[in-house]
Amino acid sequence: MALPIYASPMQKTWYYTFRVICGLVFFFLVFPIMVIIPLSFNAQDFFTFTPEMLAFKSEGYSFKHYDDFFTNQDWQHALKNSLRIAPMATVLSVSFGTLAAIGLSQSHVPFRRAIMAIMISPMIVPLIISASGMYFFYSRIGLQGTYAGVVLAHAVLGVPFVIITVTATLVGFDKSLTRAAANMGAGPVRTFFKIQMPLILPGVISGGLFAFITSFDEVVVVLFVGSAGQKTLPWQMFTGLREQISPTILAVATILIAMSIILLTTLELLRRRSERLRGMSPG
Amino acid sequence: MLIAPLLFFVLLTFIAPIGDMLFRSVENNIVSDTLPRTVKVLSNWDSKTGIAPDEEVFEALALDLKLAVKSKLHTKLGSRLNYEKTGISSLIRQTGRKVKKLDIEATPSFKAAFEKMNKKWMDPAIWQTIQQFSSKYTDGYFLAAADLTRAADGIQSVDEDKKIYFKLFVRTLYMSLGITFMCILLGYPIAFLLATLPMRTSNVLMILVLLPFWTSLLVRTSAWKVLLQNQGVINDFLVWIGIIADGNRLELINNVTGTVIAMTHILLPFMILPLYSVMKTIPPTYMRAAKSMGANDFMAFRRVYFPQSIPGIGAGSILVFILAIGYYITPEIVGGTKGVFISNRIAYHISSSLNWGLGAALGAILLVVVLALYWLYDKFVGIDNVKLG
Repeated sequence: MALPIYASPMQKTWYYTFRVICGLVFFFLVFPIMVIIPLSFNAQDFFTFTPEMLAFKSEGYSFKHYDDFFTNQDWQHALKNSLRIAPMATVLSVSFGTLAAIGLSQSHVPFRRAIMAIMISPMIVPLIISASGMYFFYSRIGLQGTYAGVVLAHAVLGVPFVIITVTATLVGFDKSLTRAAANMGAGPVRTFFKIQMPLILPGVISGGLFAFITSFDEVVVVLFVGSAGQKTLPWQMFTGLREQISPTILAVATILIAMSIILLTTLELLRRRSERLRGMSPG
Repeated sequence: MLIAPLLFFVLLTFIAPIGDMLFRSVENNIVSDTLPRTVKVLSNWDSKTGIAPDEEVFEALALDLKLAVKSKLHTKLGSRLNYEKTGISSLIRQTGRKVKKLDIEATPSFKAAFEKMNKKWMDPAIWQTIQQFSSKYTDGYFLAAADLTRAADGIQSVDEDKKIYFKLFVRTLYMSLGITFMCILLGYPIAFLLATLPMRTSNVLMILVLLPFWTSLLVRTSAWKVLLQNQGVINDFLVWIGIIADGNRLELINNVTGTVIAMTHILLPFMILPLYSVMKTIPPTYMRAAKSMGANDFMAFRRVYFPQSIPGIGAGSILVFILAIGYYITPEIVGGTKGVFISNRIAYHISSSLNWGLGAALGAILLVVVLALYWLYDKFVGIDNVKLG
């Protein structure tokens, strides 16, 4: 949408005003996240820029909040729990989700719409409702307050993302490839791992990343289903924010921002690879 | 079938819990379980007579309570009935202590004995409540969730100052609508810009949209908590450049403003992404055609471009609205008391006040609203068309 040379002054003004408006919205989107990063190096226990920081003096900055994160028992325990729960939940949702997505992509599935609706519903139903339902039901069957309970709950929340991303990659999947493999004598299992899997892998991985981040970032369900022994990183942050807000949260937040930038890059690379593989030009 | 394992998994770990919650919202075992004999004989009592029931009922109550006190169930019963009529809890607890010492064999008149323990037992209203909630299932929680109560002469609404849930639902709806509107307002120009810029530039700018989308919800919420505080970055900045005096810093947090600002930021990517994918499909030649036929920029946009982008607005709005209406974490942290949603009330009933039935009933109402919107979304957009990232 470049500005033509014959544009009138009115059009020029509007063109630049529009750019400025968009710039402001982008600022609104990114600024709150970016402001956290310098603040996390604050040498004081404040949540705002101290005069020393604004003057860029080195005594205004320090790593003490990071130190606190890496030495504090509570935070370390929470981190460990998060790292124990999220990968398990991801493995569960990816394996169930990929199988189901492949099943759903076959042409003759009865009640396809209804099945899809049920499988996507964990994403739509408000978390507080899922969380209270799981709290009631899991305490009936003895899963409330256990590691297994939290993993199952997080896995089911991750399923919709896997289904959506894998289904999207399967849309461009050429069915004749599997037929060709069968023709050459490969069994269904071999065909799946040798032919289908490599092609849909980008979708599976990005679904897995979604599922991982869902579990890693989830608070509401773990608050209800988990007990103190399953306290995760977001849970610790949530109580920190609600009760005694300590600047260590900003250090944790910065680490998580770095993590999401890595995830975002991975996904972008995957998307390009997948488009290349399917013969579309990379954007 | 490859779908079967997942379907089974989702049914067991997700659909069953939801079903359990719905069941809890009508379940009412406690009265009939704790006072089985009383409930049986009380069913013959006519509540319209205006006098307390007969000796027979009091005798059953004495037996039931004695057993209940022994297994310490009577306090649970008391708090259950207290949701319906305040004062019953203390009445039952107090009576429980005295019933323990009561010698069943040596009591000539149970009615007189109970009257001596507490005069309230002669009040027919107490008995009416017990009788009403003696059935296995109840609509009492749903009535309470809708600010209604069942009095002697049928269902009526509660006093004006006790009507909290209706107000809370209305507030939740209003705030979600406000947030959705803000998202359209801020998201439309961005999506338009991204859709019309050359691919290379728009991909770079897209990262600015996706970064917040991928950043942890708690990180973003804590960012807003830091920014909006009374002594936070925004207020400090405004004081520094001299727009506001140090003495009257803006109240940006723990109220409706805080919730709306923070949630608009959090949900904005969910508006931009569907809008963008719809706008991407509008051929730029249409705008050029309109202009070559004499429309000015505004006319061409309003008559040609905008109508074609409406499906995107619809998809984005429903998505944002669905997500907003059930939000819990962000309002809990930045909303204070004025900026909270119905979800916060549900969480309160389930984890603090332990009035599970009421929490479940509120949840069931919210669920119905969300499912209706989900159905709408499915009808207009199709769940298969949900795009991520």
